[in-house]
Amino acid sequence: MDLNYTAEDLAFRDTVRAFLDANLPKDLQQKVLNHKRLSKEDIVRWHKIVAKQGWVGTGWPVEYGGTGWSPVQRHIWEEECAAVGTPPIMPFGVNMVAPVIMAFGNEAQKRHYLPRILNCDDWWCQGYSEPGSGSDLASLKTRAERQGGHYIVNGQKTWTTLAQHADMIFCLVRTDPNVRKQEGISFLLIDMHTPGITVRPIIMLDEEHEVNEVFFDNVKVPAENLIGEENKGWTYAKYLLGHERTNIAAVGRAKRELQFLKRVAEKQQKNGKPLLEDPVFAAKVASLEIEIMALEITVLRVLSQEGSKRGPGPEASMLKVKGTEVQQTLTELMVEAVGPYALPFDPAYLEGEHEHSVTGDDDAAPLAPYYFNYRKTSIYGGSNEIQKNIITQMILGL
Amino acid sequence: MDFNYTPEQQQFRDALRRFIDKDYTFEQRNRIIHSEQGISDQAWATLVELGMTALPVPEEQGGFNGSAVDMLVVMQELGRGLLVEPYFATVLGAQFLKLAGSRETLLEQVAAGDLKLAAALGEPQSRHDLSDIATTARKDGDGYVINGAKAVVVHGGQADKLIVSARSAGSQRGTEGVSLFLVDADSTGVTRRDYRTIDGQRAADIRFENVRVPASALLGQEGSGWDILDAAVDYGAALLCAEAVGAMDALNAATLEYLKTRQQFGVPIGKFQALQHRMADMFMQAEQARSMATLAAVKVSSQDARERRRIVSAAKVRVGQALKYVGQQAVQLHGGMGVTNELPAAHHFKRLTMIELTLGDTDHHLARFVAQPDFRKAA
Repeated sequence: MDLNYTAEDLAFRDTVRAFLDANLPKDLQQKVLNHKRLSKEDIVRWHKIVAKQGWVGTGWPVEYGGTGWSPVQRHIWEEECAAVGTPPIMPFGVNMVAPVIMAFGNEAQKRHYLPRILNCDDWWCQGYSEPGSGSDLASLKTRAERQGGHYIVNGQKTWTTLAQHADMIFCLVRTDPNVRKQEGISFLLIDMHTPGITVRPIIMLDEEHEVNEVFFDNVKVPAENLIGEENKGWTYAKYLLGHERTNIAAVGRAKRELQFLKRVAEKQQKNGKPLLEDPVFAAKVASLEIEIMALEITVLRVLSQEGSKRGPGPEASMLKVKGTEVQQTLTELMVEAVGPYALPFDPAYLEGEHEHSVTGDDDAAPLAPYYFNYRKTSIYGGSNEIQKNIITQMILGL
Repeated sequence: MDFNYTPEQQQFRDALRRFIDKDYTFEQRNRIIHSEQGISDQAWATLVELGMTALPVPEEQGGFNGSAVDMLVVMQELGRGLLVEPYFATVLGAQFLKLAGSRETLLEQVAAGDLKLAAALGEPQSRHDLSDIATTARKDGDGYVINGAKAVVVHGGQADKLIVSARSAGSQRGTEGVSLFLVDADSTGVTRRDYRTIDGQRAADIRFENVRVPASALLGQEGSGWDILDAAVDYGAALLCAEAVGAMDALNAATLEYLKTRQQFGVPIGKFQALQHRMADMFMQAEQARSMATLAAVKVSSQDARERRRIVSAAKVRVGQALKYVGQQAVQLHGGMGVTNELPAAHHFKRLTMIELTLGDTDHHLARFVAQPDFRKAA
């Protein structure tokens, strides 16, 4: 039993810290730390800085331009990024479609897409969910019919994150409607600039344009954009699922946000004293802090079991459930901490259109939108109820 | 980073498990609980034979110098096996002796299994605040005279010697002026009322009336016993967290088995999603508790007392939250059978519930966590 990083890991952490210290632009960092909204340019800018260092493909093998890091090294990288407040590296290309291309794509696809993903030359989005297919993903209806050298795609995807920025979408499409639902699905890469694609915004509770509906009306997709074999898409989708959930617990971010919460609760007054001295509120914060401590150790336990395997096993479902509970409690307590100052809503401030929020309390301004936005976490990426189904079946054997 | 147990740790874990499965079954334990003595000399002899009493004792005193992580392994097994012997009480007592120093002969006796100890700390008015001490120690010639009452001293009736906290100075509530004494349980003026506890163990209310002890009975320095007490109790709390994890594992395993075998509406009840999700939640609670019990075992011996307090209290909180959920839901999922006294599950539930109330409950440790300087400093 040894909970310490090895000397090698610590040296690696120093290298990461030095890189972040020298390369994270201060304006981007301030946006992240102050809970402001990030633009496409912000995210691409950070991605290209990391790409220049060669550290985008943290879960990728070296042969494809990845770092070849161990699970512990990846964890350190993610923790350090979260601690200082970097913009995210979007997962759709790097962590989602890329592993599928590596495992099931042909040589031409690997040569074309993988370097472009590393360098963020294409913005990717995910075409999985449909209006009638949420947790029951395999019931999806978007049709792709083969006509000569093309597929003709018709249907609708929804909840498509940042599709308004996207150059490419990876889609699950139905290529055979006459077999068991899992057996008639194919995995197709589609250029978002193809005629017949319409993107319509869905505005979330915080009035942010984060997700979209994507409509396909006789969209002509070259047959060489099919990954692997026709009607094997469900297998590839399940493979992807195992890669989607690395760092799902986001402990590093939770630790940073806990410090933010405490700072806010030190500034807020109750009965003439800092709110953090109020025993009732302090008990809630302490309980959350302890949950984060426990989750950090649980994450490390799962990581150390992972060893050389690619991606965590069904234990990732536990990390998703507990991680999102922590994230949601954090935002809940932030809103509670600022009290009535949660009410004023100033989206222009969040977009960076003016320097200070309407009330002047810039810490408080983003918190209610943050809280409302984060209700998504227990729903996306396989709802927490679906995660419990996975735990039930894969770990408990019920 | 390494979360594995060493081959030695796995060996004594397996040895303990074999002993419990074969010679400390549920039925045998029931006979022990309802016996006159309430503990088993035979079981004690086996624990000694397996090296369990020697494990926490330093090598110089004939022990194995086992770490808190070694004890984490042991206590998980004892929690699983619902052991009711005065083992934890003795290990906790030995921790006081180790921290106080210069009690080599007694530690040798602990290692050999010839000495049983108990820590008499709580009082009728103190609840979980062990610095609330009305018991007094008055200097008298070259010794001390102790007067007072200690409440619910676990295995106090079975101990040969008692570690007693008493006030030699200061006001009743406070960490200054606390002295610790090692008192023979059969000293003149000591009366013990021994009784059963609801989780199958024994405890005693102990009165000290003009109990005269020599100066050599003092553990550590007069008036500055608090740091030893605080550290020893943290060690005990960390061990209880480990015991609770073992009990939760047993409870979850039993509940899972019940969900797979109990049939209603023509199917095993584990096919019902309401119960599946409950079981998934119980599993996650136990894993979070395991993480904190592990962290506490690793950090309880830290030289940094602030870190130790912070992490042990965090562990006792998280384990306390988990054991309530797991215990209550295990009973619920067992249905009518869960509320009978016939299944081990009910006894795990009772033991878990009492662990939460021993050496500081969840609220006590949550408040202690908040009171640590790091809670505010971090902000």
